[in-house]
Amino acid sequence: MSDNEQIVMGPGKKLEHESASKHVTGKAIYIDDQMVYQGQLFACIGGSQIAHGRITILDLDAVRSAEGVIDVITAKSVPGKLDIGPVFPGDPLFTDELVEYWGQPIFAVAANSHEQARKAITLAHIEYQELEPVLDLAQAMDQSFYVRPPHRMQRGNSEQAIQSASHRIQSKLLVGGQEHFYLEGQASAVIPQEDGGMLIYTSTQNPSETQKLVAEVLDVPMTRIDVVTRRMGGGFGGKETQAAPWSCVAALFASRNQCAVTCRLSRKDDMVMTGKRHNFINHYDVGFDDDGSISGIKYTLAGQCGYSPDLSDAIVDRAMFHCDNAYYLPNATVDGLRCKTHTVSNTAFRGFGGPQGVIAAETVIDEIAFELKKDPLEIRKRNLYNTTDRNQTHYHQKLDSFTLPEIIAQLELDADYWNRRKQVSEFNATSPILKKGLALTPVKFGISFTVSHLNQAGALIHLYTDGSIQVNHGGTEMVQGLMTKVAQIVAQEFQVSTDRIVVTATRTDKVPNTSPTAASAGTDLNGMAALNAAKTLKYRLTHFLSDKYQLPAEEICFKNGEVQLRDDALSFAEVTKEAWLGRISLSSTGFYKTPKVHYDRQTASGHPFYYFANGASVSEVLIDTLTGEYKLLRTDIIHDVGNSINPALDIGQIEGGFIQGLGWLTCEELKWDNQGRLITDGPATYKIPAISDTPEVFNVRLLQNSPNSEATVFRSKAVGEPPLMLTISAWCAIRDAIASVEGRTTFPQLHAPATPEEILRAIHRD
Amino acid sequence: MIQFLLNNELVELEASNADLTVLDFLRTKRRLCGTKEGCASGDCGACTVVVAEPMSVSTTEHILTDKIESKVEGKTECGANVLRYQNINSCITFLGALHGKQLITVEHLSGKDRLHSVQEAMVTHHGSQCGFCTPGFVMSLFALQKTIPIVNEVSNNDHDSDGGKTTKNPPGNQKLDSANAKRHRASIDEYLGGNLCRCTGYRPIIDAALQSMENLEHDQFDRSSKKTLNRLNAIRHSSDFSFKSSRYPFYIPENLAQLHELMSQFPDARLLAGGTDLALEVTQQLKSLPEIILLTEVHELKRIVEEDDHFEIGSAVSLSKLLDLLAPYYPDAKELLLRFGSRQVRNQGTIGGNVANASPIGDLPPMLIALNASLVLQKRIASTIQTRIVDAENYFLDYRKTDLQPGEIIQSIHLPKPVLESGVKKQLKVYKITKQFDDDISTICSAIHIELTDNVISSIRMALGGYGSNS
Repeated sequence: MSDNEQIVMGPGKKLEHESASKHVTGKAIYIDDQMVYQGQLFACIGGSQIAHGRITILDLDAVRSAEGVIDVITAKSVPGKLDIGPVFPGDPLFTDELVEYWGQPIFAVAANSHEQARKAITLAHIEYQELEPVLDLAQAMDQSFYVRPPHRMQRGNSEQAIQSASHRIQSKLLVGGQEHFYLEGQASAVIPQEDGGMLIYTSTQNPSETQKLVAEVLDVPMTRIDVVTRRMGGGFGGKETQAAPWSCVAALFASRNQCAVTCRLSRKDDMVMTGKRHNFINHYDVGFDDDGSISGIKYTLAGQCGYSPDLSDAIVDRAMFHCDNAYYLPNATVDGLRCKTHTVSNTAFRGFGGPQGVIAAETVIDEIAFELKKDPLEIRKRNLYNTTDRNQTHYHQKLDSFTLPEIIAQLELDADYWNRRKQVSEFNATSPILKKGLALTPVKFGISFTVSHLNQAGALIHLYTDGSIQVNHGGTEMVQGLMTKVAQIVAQEFQVSTDRIVVTATRTDKVPNTSPTAASAGTDLNGMAALNAAKTLKYRLTHFLSDKYQLPAEEICFKNGEVQLRDDALSFAEVTKEAWLGRISLSSTGFYKTPKVHYDRQTASGHPFYYFANGASVSEVLIDTLTGEYKLLRTDIIHDVGNSINPALDIGQIEGGFIQGLGWLTCEELKWDNQGRLITDGPATYKIPAISDTPEVFNVRLLQNSPNSEATVFRSKAVGEPPLMLTISAWCAIRDAIASVEGRTTFPQLHAPATPEEILRAIHRD
Repeated sequence: MIQFLLNNELVELEASNADLTVLDFLRTKRRLCGTKEGCASGDCGACTVVVAEPMSVSTTEHILTDKIESKVEGKTECGANVLRYQNINSCITFLGALHGKQLITVEHLSGKDRLHSVQEAMVTHHGSQCGFCTPGFVMSLFALQKTIPIVNEVSNNDHDSDGGKTTKNPPGNQKLDSANAKRHRASIDEYLGGNLCRCTGYRPIIDAALQSMENLEHDQFDRSSKKTLNRLNAIRHSSDFSFKSSRYPFYIPENLAQLHELMSQFPDARLLAGGTDLALEVTQQLKSLPEIILLTEVHELKRIVEEDDHFEIGSAVSLSKLLDLLAPYYPDAKELLLRFGSRQVRNQGTIGGNVANASPIGDLPPMLIALNASLVLQKRIASTIQTRIVDAENYFLDYRKTDLQPGEIIQSIHLPKPVLESGVKKQLKVYKITKQFDDDISTICSAIHIELTDNVISSIRMALGGYGSNS
């Protein structure tokens, strides 16, 4: 673990979430729970009622004169920059002429109440000259209609390998998108300050970007804008870029009216106006030999990006990086297309494109197994990477460490895979209508932002004279217990109880220029930055005590909440007090940047990931072949988090990711009408998993004695995103059940999500 | 004047818009922001609160309603008067509907220096991650825990302190055997199916629920239940149901005569029979409902009368009660009703509301048609009451269009019981196909009632929901 022998409340403990008691008593404060300020206004957004066209008449007189309305703004009201695109331009805060998706913001209203603002919105009179929209991903592919140019990754000669292979399969897989459905919708509360400044409380994964964009929209320096995020009621990627516009709108109103303004989206506006997980069409062409070894593969992965680039370049890249999943592809050509449609701009969502790549790989494996009449697990193991000769990815990164063979071997035993395979076959032989399916799937997920410069983090620690410790860092608390883990890390370094430590709200005025809390890297980056800050302070304290007590530094030991000095001991509070009297700075920043990461787009090669996180799951399902209904009966998971900093929180991430993935692959279906209007715009029609979806047998275990081979914070591994892909075993098990239907001779083409309708279609599809 | 207890505080409201929701009242008027808005449509449960309502067990007689309640809801140990605790969605509940009840919010659950046992269980099992759905889960857990009968004697301690911890279960009973866990899991799914969590995957919440159901202890609500009952009964007894005041045009008739009077006096008032759909006009379509007449306190509409061959079910009977009523007779009706919305919706929604609403995806109409149920409709013309009976299959005309005439109300539903005749086997089968098991709209719902005479189908009635513009 670490050099410190004594662990007090540090890493490895199943410490409860720092806010747990506040969550259960309703005392945890979210944006809309903030105190109401005198004269506060409430903002609401008016969106387009067509998918594509030009605005010819924008008449907002009735809106302006509606009850309670104080101010109305449009694109023309923006004093600074109108485009708030996060990486590439293309996302106007309000569109002034060209409409590119249904619900695109055109104006906003500020009124004395949320209800008044919502009602006023409906009074707008807008006319359009409609243009033919592209709403369908397949159509965009056909027309080569892109938001960004395609990218190719290549290794070996896949064409030749496929041609000379003894077997070849060409097929495609449709993968659905996903609405984030964070329970707390997008929200921002802005309070004007002196000199045109703004204090912004908002539910965002990316405070620094909100700060930058609000500054640009208002045309003030970033120094005037402070963004504060205490916690989010869920983020999942949906508050990485999609949270910023509402702060910009609220800040505009706050600036114009010099009063506090809250902008909170209704659930429907949130679902219509913010981006979702990219849906994909994945084409594959694979050659393999008689024992199932892949010799060559060609993928075309096409993601539906919506109307603007947003983060889609990196998202489609990540799908491309993960279409090998855990399997060695000796010859591979991977094309990634960033397709443009006149729909909301799709965005980050847990896994960031990775899941859409991984599911393609697992489909290829299943289809090979079906073709060769072998168990899919045998084909999975045959194609697995190793760390000796089959260790280079199609983007030329070498795997130095690979825990999947060990995980799979343990899981086969834990879950009793082969016996259950036999039982499932026996059940199916005597059950003509209900069919069972079983699958074991692995996950290998690359950890790091693939945009290398984002792999940096800062922290700030203050020690106070009563021995209490205040920690701040650039990461945000959305779900994951990041603040708890960082507190444990700092507690470990100082060898004090976490009770002594407060990790405060994330603030752009404490730690500047931070990266979004994303890419599963929250603890890796911010935990290490906080650790570095703590080390600096500990060094100062040690040397101060060494001078004062005339002891060698080695004899000063932080242990059990105190500092031991040869024969004597001081409490931590006494040490900070003495250090203050001794005029030692008790505040320090810490900084961290991930080593080793680089990627060259020109050659499509490099080392984009610091390391890989791994896990595997076995799922067993039951389907009804008459209705397409299904039930997940049992899931077993072993996941590798390295040395766990907090096993309770890590298991929470694994279970939560798994069930969220289950939603993506089964019940969550986004539907638009033929005019491009989202019709699944609320929880009545868009169904995320509920409590009875959690399988009755759900065994989740962390891989033991598996420290990260890279020098991450306490040799832990990131855990936020990878478990979402563990659910692919449930989806593959559904396909396995379909494949067992009597008389089936072709591989069941099952698309995602596997709703009952889709399962029925797959049963009857040849 | 609307009067209710907000936790332990008596709230008296003389003026309000009739369509003020409980959630808006809590969050904007009282700044009790522990209760969250997740969807404002009754589908996510983040706004779940618990309503305690006095229930009189002694006045059951031939009226089955309360007897049935007493079997499964609330506590049965107190004799004459008990409180029934139900979880509801505050976002689709109008404040006036709380008259004479106690509204319990998450802020009030914990004692001065210790958490309520359901809160403690959630912390112990790491049941919260982002925490936004957590208050709603805690309240549903609280309602679930309150369904479990007390085994030991009730504490007479009326003090509102947290000192008197009494474990209701004998010690050594803490470890769950797997059969118990399985049985509990069904209740947990039933009570928590209307609470969505996007973070945890529910496993820790299930564990917290199991702990809450096993490790019972007297809480402040048990200790003050008599006091609360007295306070609520005092409200009910003192209530003036004339409600002539236009400053809060939310009318609560107690009997049919009052209802008809109010309907003629306020012909534009909307009838509220639960409101799990009606409230969406306010929260989703942004309409105003200036005048509301509540049906669920009209005692004739709350009645269930059991005859030899049928039930006469008052239209204001909640779906939760209907579930309990039909479960022993029609197992498939139980299955269907368990998937009718969520527990929160079933506690609010009524059989009459579902029938009057006549949505083509309504869950009850196919079953009522298949069972050959009929509807007793009532209207007052001048001073005479006219009653007519319409078969369910002739009642539903088109998309949300029914045979119900202006000024007419659904008094009750006549539902045949599966009476045994020699040589005849009867069976009701209901198939509701959805994307998701809990709280989802039917993709298609099919109800089939067959009679087998000597194993030959002698009669079959079949109805489909979600198929066309009516059932």
